[in-house]
Amino acid sequence: MRDHTFGFRTRALHAGTPPDPATGARAQPIYLSTSFVFDSTEHAAELFALRTYGNIYSRIGNPTVSAFEERMASLEGGLGAVATASGLAAQLSAILCLAQSGDHIVSTASLYGGTVTQFTVTLKRMGIACTLVAGDDPEALRAAILPNTKLVYAETIGNPLGNVADLSALAAIAHENGVPFVVDNTFASPALCRPIEFGADVVVHSATKFIGGHGTVIGGVMVESGKFPWGAGKHPLLSEPSPGYHNMNFAETFGEYAFLMRARTEILRDTGAALSPMNAFMLIQGLETLPLRMAAHVENARIIANFLRGREEVAWVNYAELDDSPYRELAAKYLPSGAGAVFTFGLRGGREAGRAFIEALELWSHLANVGDAKSLVIHPASTTHQQLTDAELQASGVTPEMVRLSVGLEDPGDLIWDLENGLRAAARAAAPAGVQA
Amino acid sequence: MILNTVSQRRDLLARSRTVAMVGASANVTRPSYFVFSYLRTKGLLDVTPINPALREIDGVRAYPSLEAYAAERGAPDIVDVFRKAADALAVTHEAIAAGARAIWYQYGVINEEAIRTADAAGLDVVVDRCIKVEAARFDGGLAIGGLNSGLISARRARPQPVRTRTAR
Repeated sequence: MRDHTFGFRTRALHAGTPPDPATGARAQPIYLSTSFVFDSTEHAAELFALRTYGNIYSRIGNPTVSAFEERMASLEGGLGAVATASGLAAQLSAILCLAQSGDHIVSTASLYGGTVTQFTVTLKRMGIACTLVAGDDPEALRAAILPNTKLVYAETIGNPLGNVADLSALAAIAHENGVPFVVDNTFASPALCRPIEFGADVVVHSATKFIGGHGTVIGGVMVESGKFPWGAGKHPLLSEPSPGYHNMNFAETFGEYAFLMRARTEILRDTGAALSPMNAFMLIQGLETLPLRMAAHVENARIIANFLRGREEVAWVNYAELDDSPYRELAAKYLPSGAGAVFTFGLRGGREAGRAFIEALELWSHLANVGDAKSLVIHPASTTHQQLTDAELQASGVTPEMVRLSVGLEDPGDLIWDLENGLRAAARAAAPAGVQA
Repeated sequence: MILNTVSQRRDLLARSRTVAMVGASANVTRPSYFVFSYLRTKGLLDVTPINPALREIDGVRAYPSLEAYAAERGAPDIVDVFRKAADALAVTHEAIAAGARAIWYQYGVINEEAIRTADAAGLDVVVDRCIKVEAARFDGGLAIGGLNSGLISARRARPQPVRTRTAR
């Protein structure tokens, strides 16, 4: 057989899911089985010693879940993947694979609110300190790196600010300091950006969003590039004997696979944050149309962003592709096919206008999610980011008048019709009593 | 020739039966033991340890040298090299003398002179790859681990033989 490099759309349909060898089933079967029989006592011993590949127990691995993992690894251009119960579980697992009590991580500050809480409250309680670096200057992030820093973290497209991370610059800073660059690529999806191509070492996702694509199941995944030198000594959790696995040295035993093997055999085993095979099946279905959906999401997002920019009820529109966006050049470099379909805009009239706007909408769903095929809307200051202190809110750039849209796949004319109704209601709420017609 | 592509490595493994593993270890925490044990228990390749310090590993007789192996077993299809890069040239000369058809340098065993020597002698050469990982790429092992096999196919794989026990 001659070698051939398959394209993204082909891999979105085929990677990880050859016909089932047992039955010939063309769709990926759902292996709803907690556990798997061993061929023999010797086979069982080889499996538990990690000397052979095979299924033991679905908390650690499952054939349907591994089909999703391989497809994600293929689409992100990685060595392999480990799926998790959610996106929060994916990023926590990646961090626990690299850092322990007494260690430190550095991240850009513009993050999903749940991530801020995980980093600054839960990780802190576990003894892992986190420095959040505000702004877009990669040099400020370099200055925050300490001797015990274990990784640098960023979101490709920040939630909800819509800032685009300078992936190559951040990767270079991480690597100069001997630590990996971990990127949350949820908002772009591998259809729009593959951070590994720009130097990222680990890519994490909330697969709940565009990967699943239909607002059905919660899931997460981490993909690893296979390029980071895990055995170099900066990460003793990988390069020194692990008491969690009969003193195995993961870097020495598994080489480039060290991170992925530890993520599965220690972190997934011990946290129990495994992805359900049912959910993996739904995510596989979602991936089959990911490139087609993302193109359609972007097309609609551009239409909606330009519509909003022409409205006087709207104070500002923050979509990275717009010519007044500070992220336009970064978007052109890292997101040439489109800056995603989640962005924010500000209503004149502040909090009251925002409330009236959302109350008046008929077609846009008011809920706390993004990346559904259906269009979604939320007011972050009163929902996703309400746990943040005023200072944290300020640092993350969430303002009272900010509305976040996740543009879906409906007819754009219908989306605009609904937004027009909302904007009229917002204007009435913002205007002084008695003035309105 | 130097085998750089996935299909070349797949063809090499498919046409090979015997593997002489130079530097095989009986220490169960060593990477070479992982590879030896995987190939032995999978039964896809007939793997033999080459190590003068050992009599056997897991019941498989070890030979002190490639010369001793070839004298009894004939030329090996593949010589798998688990030695430091500086030793690779000497192993390569021994592999050529033993009539090996291919030489496989494991992760990190990169010695340009050894590679040139093996290539010039007409051996198939694989460099800086793990024979276990490549075997697992084609036997489905990588896919089970959520690892990227790089394989795309709409054809049904031939089912692997299953050991069955006769009811009595």
